[in-house]
Amino acid sequence: MTLTIPTFSLESIGPWITLSVFAIAILLTDALSPKGNRTAAPVLALVGLAVAGFQTVSLWGKTGMDFARMVYVDNFSFFFYIVFILGTGLTVLLSLQYLKDYGKNLAEYYALLLFATVGMMLMASGSHLIMIFLGIEVMSIAVYVLAGLFREDARSNEAALKYLLLGAFASAFLLFGMAMLYGASGGTLFLNDLPARLAGAETFKPLTLLAVALLIVGFGFKVASVPFHMWTPDVYEGAPTSVTAFMAVGVKAAAFAAFARVFFLAFPVLQPDWQMVLWVLAVATMTLGNIVAIAQTNIKRMLAYSSIAHAGYLLVAIIAANQLGAVSLMYYLLAYTLMNLGAFGVVILVGRKKDSYLSIYDYSGLGFQHPVLAASMALFMFALAGIPPTAGFVGKFYVFSAAVQAGYIWLAIIGVMNSVVSVYYYLRITVLMYMKPAEADLGPVSFAPAVTATLALTALGVLLIGVFPGFIYDLAMNSVKVFPGLL
Amino acid sequence: MQLPILSILVFFPVLGAVLLAFLDRKNHKLLKQVTLGLSLAEFLFSLPLWFQFDSQTAAMQFVERYNWLPQYGISYYVGIDGFSLLLIMLSTFLTPLCVLATWTDIQHRVKEFMICLLTLMAGMLGVFVALDLFLFYVFWEVMLIPMYLLIGIWGNPARRVYAAIKFFLFTMFGSVLMLVAILVLYFYYGKATGTYTFDLLKLYSLNVPFRMQFWMFLAFGLAFAIKVPMFPFHTWLPDAHTEAPTVGSVILAAVLLKMGTYGFLRFNMPLFPQAAHYFVPLFSILAVIGIVYGALVSMVQKDLKRLVAFSSVSHLGFVMLGLFTFTMPGVQGGIIQMINHGLSTGALFLIVGMIYERRHTRMIADFGGLSTPMPIYAAIFMIVTLSSIGLPGLNGFVGEFLILLGAFKTNMLYAIVAATGVIFAACYMLWMFQRVMFGEVTNEKNKELKDLSCREIAIFVPLLLFIVWIGVYPNTFLSKTKASTENFLALMEKAKTTEVSLSHGDKGEAR
Repeated sequence: MTLTIPTFSLESIGPWITLSVFAIAILLTDALSPKGNRTAAPVLALVGLAVAGFQTVSLWGKTGMDFARMVYVDNFSFFFYIVFILGTGLTVLLSLQYLKDYGKNLAEYYALLLFATVGMMLMASGSHLIMIFLGIEVMSIAVYVLAGLFREDARSNEAALKYLLLGAFASAFLLFGMAMLYGASGGTLFLNDLPARLAGAETFKPLTLLAVALLIVGFGFKVASVPFHMWTPDVYEGAPTSVTAFMAVGVKAAAFAAFARVFFLAFPVLQPDWQMVLWVLAVATMTLGNIVAIAQTNIKRMLAYSSIAHAGYLLVAIIAANQLGAVSLMYYLLAYTLMNLGAFGVVILVGRKKDSYLSIYDYSGLGFQHPVLAASMALFMFALAGIPPTAGFVGKFYVFSAAVQAGYIWLAIIGVMNSVVSVYYYLRITVLMYMKPAEADLGPVSFAPAVTATLALTALGVLLIGVFPGFIYDLAMNSVKVFPGLL
Repeated sequence: MQLPILSILVFFPVLGAVLLAFLDRKNHKLLKQVTLGLSLAEFLFSLPLWFQFDSQTAAMQFVERYNWLPQYGISYYVGIDGFSLLLIMLSTFLTPLCVLATWTDIQHRVKEFMICLLTLMAGMLGVFVALDLFLFYVFWEVMLIPMYLLIGIWGNPARRVYAAIKFFLFTMFGSVLMLVAILVLYFYYGKATGTYTFDLLKLYSLNVPFRMQFWMFLAFGLAFAIKVPMFPFHTWLPDAHTEAPTVGSVILAAVLLKMGTYGFLRFNMPLFPQAAHYFVPLFSILAVIGIVYGALVSMVQKDLKRLVAFSSVSHLGFVMLGLFTFTMPGVQGGIIQMINHGLSTGALFLIVGMIYERRHTRMIADFGGLSTPMPIYAAIFMIVTLSSIGLPGLNGFVGEFLILLGAFKTNMLYAIVAATGVIFAACYMLWMFQRVMFGEVTNEKNKELKDLSCREIAIFVPLLLFIVWIGVYPNTFLSKTKASTENFLALMEKAKTTEVSLSHGDKGEAR
């Protein structure tokens, strides 16, 4: 028996390697440096992300597969790499002061962030379902730990435990689905091979459908779609705010990347079937997320429900199953990363020492006590609500045009109606900030330079890609060419 | 090279707002002076439009076009014809007056107020010049935010938040459906011709099957009908008007409501002409109901501002009735009535605002005999009231007369019922005027009221000038829109003749 080792090029997974190496380096420097000195970790993390970003940019344009067809090397992956790197980098900036206030500025935190990012990258570029599963696990385990970072805090513990238990369930569903798919397809889990195999195996259609259903459960959990969303509000509320921000953008983006890739590539034959299911899920997700968000008085819970609603809009992009849909998914996730991280940045600043101000009523009167802070929050709220000229509007515009193009006019109508509902609770924050007197003097807000920089960057980004969406559109359009089935 | 006047008009206020952001927030006087200067400059910039405008042609003028998102067929495409010209002039003309009116009215958060005012202005002008549906939609929505803040922050403390949110949600509700319709139209055009574009003029040329026109007309129509507002979508208006600060009400009445009627004229009718003809009865009846209902409800109001607000419903009903006659006098009258309403109702809101500033009440019952302490105020109030009623020789008459003329030609019944609205208008306006201005001064507090200051008189002089000008010689304004109206009517007429064959073709398709 001869064993052939397939040729591969480490360059194609350069960003993964860089981030892993830097994560390990963070752990090592922490272990070797004198106790209490933790300035190196965030810096190392940022450098690692910058290097990975640079590598990704230099990879741009490559196409193909590597590592025995296990990994896609294509622009779709790279686009998401950039989104992840951006999300993680901004999270690092948000975390510094916040964690210091809690006395939790641990090196592990940054290492885990990087490991989670590697997991996300695996998800975005995996060409075999097992790779995607590996990615999900690498990412999820890191995030489980992160959610429970504040060991002394019962809510943080609750968040971690809930997320772990339900996450494990979801993973099991996903794996079960993959196993069935393995059977139905006659022994392959390569995304590229699946369509042909499934088309030929008409007798196994019930099994395939079951597999698809289970995959939807698994992915639905990760993107927080109704009815698999139950964990979201509690976990988002309990987890440290910086981790919540990271989960809301990074985890969701990664899950959608894998979701889109698997469904666009592997199941074009079953499109009518899964479109119907996802249609129902999307409508339920948008509607429930938006309506329940209205009733929230804790800003983190409100943003949690808002993130559920946004998952609903993103599902619309998948249902559309056309090029525009894929483009809109990518654009929307980038825009969402910026506006949501910005919003969480404001939450961290207003929350101050140990999250003492997390009620939405703590925003009363902010508009005239801290005009710049309030103005940026207003910008993020308007962006999340989808009001031009922000990135949020363009994102929604793309998503709904994809739906209309695919003929899902009712879905588009339900979607836009939902965004009217969402306007109500986003506006409420601006109402509180500008139209209500402060309940108490908010006192000084310490503008940590890193957080301020994050706010400035995200606000600028939200406006910039909102007014000039062409550049990102081109990048995304360039990336979705990898899905030959999409029109 | 020609100056990009329209872009300057749209973006100059934005630059101004940025400039204001750097000024000292404590120096109210400076902030107001700078804003006044900016808005006057804006008005000066708009003058060349008026003088260089070629009223012989219906083609778009002062056109500018740059690629914005060419991959999507979206461009920054602006231009004006007669319809937009008048409304742009109205907006730039009123804004300096509005700034003057804030002089003593707005005393807190002046900086933010002025920034909102300037961004609002940019949004309004953007709506009137946009010839790309995407661009139009962006401006249409952008303008919501400053107006929402104006009502919500500087409004009447008791119910301002309610009014602001109601305003925002109502408008948003209509406009998102319009967005879906825009997308449907866009993809339909793309599939039919192979080029995907949001270019309005290209979309005009499209023959949309009647069934699609039907739904898209309703979707667009809802957005615009809410904005106008037509009965029964008017309920946000009294709240928004009553709670908004004076200047907010003026702009809301004078310009924002016109976006709805303008939307019908620019987008709804030419894009879906067959559906427009089909819906004439529905919209005319709603307009007539609006005229009578608005007038009757005005009559029983105890609050001056609410009275003026409901009178807007009635006046805008006339405009809609005129537009839906698809006749020369009807449409021309509708357009001139938009301007009239902007001038008269704007002036009325200013008048109410000035008395409110002095007495901090707007209840009719609190006044009486004001003409004794305030003779100048009384004179101005009288002229504006008469103009609003439609006294011959003042502007309101011209618009209402033309509209009724058009309506008589097409459907006598609508015209007769609508004409009663004129009578009702005389009732509620004159009765209100009588209760506020005439008789003995019954309330001690009213005895010492100061008459208008020079600044306040200066606000009204230009308004009165145009109120009389339009009343005496409306041709100055009508001639500007004549070519555009003819073009519009020709387009609508063409659709009428092709209606039968198209609906047949549509049925054939369905089979």
